[in-house]
Amino acid sequence: MTLLCASGLNVSLGAKPVLRGLDLSVAAGEFVGLIGPNGAGKSTLLRAVLGLLPFTGSILLDGDDTAAMKARRRALKVAYLAQEREIAWAVPVETVVALGRAPHRPGFAAPTEADRAIVDEAMRRMDVTSFRHRIATELSGGEKARVLAARALAQDTPLLLADEPTAGLDPSHQIALMRLFGELAASGRGVVASLHDLGLAARWCSRLVLLDNGRIVADGRPGEVLTPQTLRAVYGVEAFFGEAGGAPVVHPLDLSGPAGG
Amino acid sequence: MSGDARYALLITLLCAATLTLFSLSLTVGPAGIAFADSIMALFSDKADGVALTMQEIRLPRALLGLMIGATLGLSGAVLQGYLRNPLAEPGLLGISATASLGAVLSIYTGLAAAFALALPLAALAGAVVAVVVVQAMAGARGNSLLIILAGIAVSSFAGAMTSLALNLSPNPFAALEIMFWMLGSLTDRSMTHVWLAAPFMLAGWAMLGALGRPLDALTLGSETAASMGVDLKRVQFLAVFGTAASVGAATAVAGAIGFVGLVVPHILRPLVGAKPSRLLLASALGGACVVLAADVAVRLIAPGRDLKLGVLTAIVGAPFFLWLVFRARRRLT
Repeated sequence: MTLLCASGLNVSLGAKPVLRGLDLSVAAGEFVGLIGPNGAGKSTLLRAVLGLLPFTGSILLDGDDTAAMKARRRALKVAYLAQEREIAWAVPVETVVALGRAPHRPGFAAPTEADRAIVDEAMRRMDVTSFRHRIATELSGGEKARVLAARALAQDTPLLLADEPTAGLDPSHQIALMRLFGELAASGRGVVASLHDLGLAARWCSRLVLLDNGRIVADGRPGEVLTPQTLRAVYGVEAFFGEAGGAPVVHPLDLSGPAGG
Repeated sequence: MSGDARYALLITLLCAATLTLFSLSLTVGPAGIAFADSIMALFSDKADGVALTMQEIRLPRALLGLMIGATLGLSGAVLQGYLRNPLAEPGLLGISATASLGAVLSIYTGLAAAFALALPLAALAGAVVAVVVVQAMAGARGNSLLIILAGIAVSSFAGAMTSLALNLSPNPFAALEIMFWMLGSLTDRSMTHVWLAAPFMLAGWAMLGALGRPLDALTLGSETAASMGVDLKRVQFLAVFGTAASVGAATAVAGAIGFVGLVVPHILRPLVGAKPSRLLLASALGGACVVLAADVAVRLIAPGRDLKLGVLTAIVGAPFFLWLVFRARRRLT
C-alpha cells in the first residue's frame, strides 16, 4: 500500500527553486532515511508533504490528493516531528504528549480511555513516563526531543515524517528512536526521517533516499545508496565502509582531497 | 489535587469573586443606598430616585465593567497564546489606538456633542480600520512577527494622529475632553452603551472562545500545530477579528484601559497549568474581577474627584508587572 506518492514536485522558496521535479513514493512497511547535504531540500520535501509550502506537482497521501485536503483530515494520515523543539508554555510533559490526540477528537470532546492508553503507550515507548508530570520547558534538549517524539507517536497516523529526529540525543536514545521507527515500519506504517548521521541511516533504515540540489540522486537499500562514489560526489567526503551483525557500517573519515576520486 | 479538580476550583472561585465584585459595583456609590434597597430597586418598576439611580446609572456601569474586563482578559489570553508571546496584549494589534483615534476625531469635530452615539460609532470604525490594515499587511497566512510589526505601525500612526488632533484642537475644553476621554472610564455610561457594545463583544467572545484547542496545539509552534490539523488561516482570522470586535467595542464605550489584558493572563497562567485553552475562561473572569474591583476602588478612593479607571489600572498594573518581572528574574538566575 502506498502511503505517500509525490510526483513532479516543484517547490521554490522565494525565487530559488529548492525541489525540481521530484518523484517519491513510500509504501507501508518502509523506514525511509532522507539524506543529503545541507540545503539539498530534505526539510522542504517534508514540509511540502505537510502542506506547509506551496508546490506544483501532486502529492497523494494514502491515495488521496492533498490539494483539496482539510488540515484535520491530513492530520489523521500523517504526523510530523519538527526540527525546532518549540514548547512555548510551561505545561506538563503528559499534556504535551496528549496534544497528539487532538485531531482524533471532535470539537470540545474530552479524551477517551483509548486516547489515554495511546498517550501512555507513546510515553512508554519514548521512555518519558518517569517524568510525565514534570514541566516540559524545564527539560534538557534530549528529553524535550523525546517528549515531542512521543507527541507525534500519540497522533497514531499511518505515516510519520521526522525532521532530524536524532539530533541532540545521546547514543542510546538515538538507537532507541531508530529501533522504534523500524518497529513502526515493521508493524505496517511508514516512516520518513531526514538524517545527517550516515552511520545511523545505514544501520537502521530499510531504504535511503539521497537528495542533492533538489533532486533524488540515489534511492535504494542503504548498501546501494551509500557507496564511496556517491559520498564523494554528493558530500565530498571519504568514508569507512564495513559490516557488523549483518548491517552496513558507514563512518565518514575525511574530506575528499582536491585530487580525490 | 489533580489538574482538573484544581481548575474547577479556580473557576468556581473566580466566578464567586466576579459575582461579589459585580454586586459591590452595584451597591457602592455616592448615592449611599442600602444594599437590600439597591438590589430591590433594580427590579422595581417604580420611577423613584433609587430605582432610577440603580437602573440607569449603576447597572450599566457594573455591566460594562463586567463585559469590558472579560473582553480584555479573554483577548489578552488569546493573543498571548496565538503569538506565543507573554508580552502580547489587546493593544498590540493597534485596535485600541485606532478606536481611540476614532473617538478623539468625533470629539474634535464636534460630532460627539451633536449626536450621543457618534463617539462609540467612530471608535468602532477606527477598530475596523486597524483590523483591515493589520490583516492586509500580514496576509491571510501571516506569521506572528508580521502581525506584531503591523500592529505597532498602526498603533504608532494612530497615536500620532491623536496627538495631531490634540495639537490642533480648537479650544482648551476640547483638548481637555479628549485627554479625559482617553484616560478610560465607566462613569456616566447608560444602557445605550451596553446595548451598543454587547453584540460586538458577544460576537468577539464567540470567535475568541472557539480558539482553545488550536491555541493548545500552537504551543508546539505553528508548523507542528498545522500538522495536527489546525487551520492557521482560520485561527488568525478568529484571533484578529475577535479581538477587533470585542476590544474595539470596549474601547468605544470606555476608552483605553491598559494592563488588564497583559497582567491578568500572566497571573492566572501558572494557576491553570499553563494550558492556553484553560486560560481563556479563567482570564475572562479574572479580567472582569480586576476591572470591577478597579471601578469600585475609584469610587471609594476619591469619591468627589472622578478618578479615571484607566489611570488606576495603570498605576496598580505597572508596578505589579514590574514585580512579576522581578520574580521571573529571581527564578532565572
